[in-house]
Amino acid sequence: MKEIMARHAIGATVRGLALVADDGFSARYDLNRVDGIFSRPAHKLAGQSYVGKILVLDTAKGGVASAWMLHEMASRQKIPLAIVFNTVNPILVQGAAFSGMTMLAGFDENITAWVADGAMVEIDPARKLLRVL
Amino acid sequence: MKLNDEEKAILAGNMGNIPQWALQHQIAVGDFFGAEDFVPVTQAHIMADTESLGQAGVMWLEKLAATQGGQRHVRIPTITDPRGTDFAKAEMLKQTGWMLDLEQRAIDAFVKLGVSMTDTCINYQTIQAPTRNEAVAFGDTGVVIYSNSVCGARTNFEGGPSALSAGLTGRTPRYGFHLDGQRQATLRIRVDYTPRSLNDWGALGGVIGRLAGNYWSVPVVEGLDAVPGSDALKHFGAAMASFGSIALFHLVGITPEANRIEDVGGDKLPVAHRVGEGEIKAFQTAYAATDDIDVVVFSAPQLSLYELRDLANLCDGRNLVRPLLATTSPQVKPDADRMGYTARIEAAGGQVLSGMCFYQSYAREIAEANGWKRLATNSAKLVNILGGYGYVPMLASMERCVEAAETGKLS
Repeated sequence: MKEIMARHAIGATVRGLALVADDGFSARYDLNRVDGIFSRPAHKLAGQSYVGKILVLDTAKGGVASAWMLHEMASRQKIPLAIVFNTVNPILVQGAAFSGMTMLAGFDENITAWVADGAMVEIDPARKLLRVL
Repeated sequence: MKLNDEEKAILAGNMGNIPQWALQHQIAVGDFFGAEDFVPVTQAHIMADTESLGQAGVMWLEKLAATQGGQRHVRIPTITDPRGTDFAKAEMLKQTGWMLDLEQRAIDAFVKLGVSMTDTCINYQTIQAPTRNEAVAFGDTGVVIYSNSVCGARTNFEGGPSALSAGLTGRTPRYGFHLDGQRQATLRIRVDYTPRSLNDWGALGGVIGRLAGNYWSVPVVEGLDAVPGSDALKHFGAAMASFGSIALFHLVGITPEANRIEDVGGDKLPVAHRVGEGEIKAFQTAYAATDDIDVVVFSAPQLSLYELRDLANLCDGRNLVRPLLATTSPQVKPDADRMGYTARIEAAGGQVLSGMCFYQSYAREIAEANGWKRLATNSAKLVNILGGYGYVPMLASMERCVEAAETGKLS
């Protein structure tokens, strides 16, 4: 087991499998939200399902639509369990606040290298803590 | 966050449930970013197309609009980004009844909340540009980056729920680009080529956006040998925001906060990248997947009157064999009609759509309904977005796009 602290956190404690890529995230640009998969061909997770996963990605990309889209995705249970970023923009945070999704951001390590793809991860926002189990 | 007496009263529910929810939402976001307090804002701009909202978002808005008691209306001028349709053109786009129904329900809810349905992403050209140091709460990344960079106003990216909250409370958490320190340059870029066309400006914005990489980067650009106009900076900023999630840039000697490079701390930074004509052309060539095209789109951002004038000139005397769609704002459209630009574009076989933007209009569904896949546009922002919607988007000048609509091939 290993732990790392984040500088920013929101949401409830969650535990799940990590889906990791050194790439960005935008709900509009990158996802087929109907099928729950990454759909932008150039994305490193293209074709993979994000539903119920803890996404570990480099940064938030793209436009403002994600704030609404996370809420809409949550209403259909087609949403990641949490998203962990090296850096995040306000839109994803606003979307997390609106949809009730857990989010961490800001680490002293490159979080996409620190967490292995497929690892079981626990996120504790109250302590701003990410734990690989 | 430190709250003043009014904010404490809002949080206590003294103004009603809606402002109370709005302030709670804003505090959650402010706490995440370590905001110390709120900053009053003068305008809000809401991105809320129904593809993004979905049924869940529209129902949430309707519930808000049906709330009885307390404050329900926005407190400051609060306007909207493009909608998901132009009702007059929905049949041509093959949008379906449920899309239009959802759209109308969202509009009705916003009106009940006191929101002004301007339906534009070029409000800085058409409604009221913010002034230097004016604190605002704007959605649409293109609006934010233009307002911050070209106008010198102060805003973060405000997604729909947060922009609506700002409209309801008249304030927003003071973090990010509301702070002096965040507005200093972090990345110095030297350009050796000054674009002349809008697609080249968009490509330059895209290149810099990719280099800058994240929201907190502030590129300062030196080396431009001509002053770009509003439409050029519109495409430049929109692409930079799209490819890099960038909210603020400085152009030395051009944008208001960077009269001299040292004004934004750029003199202390090494030149991190040099960008020339080769990089700008390569950016566009990377999208050149095929010669054949199914549809031509001018959108993202909506076209100004000057862009529509140019498009009308290019359409004169042509007989287009592929659909050509141009979107503009409801403020520009009547002028385009009055000056004959709309008629000239549509006489050639094109369509001018009002109050919508292509990618916010169920782009995936209308692609399937119309058999559109290979799309030509002069918008770098649009090519970045549409790949995820199943299109093969290609970036070219307005001239080449119009020729492609006439021949079916992008030369």
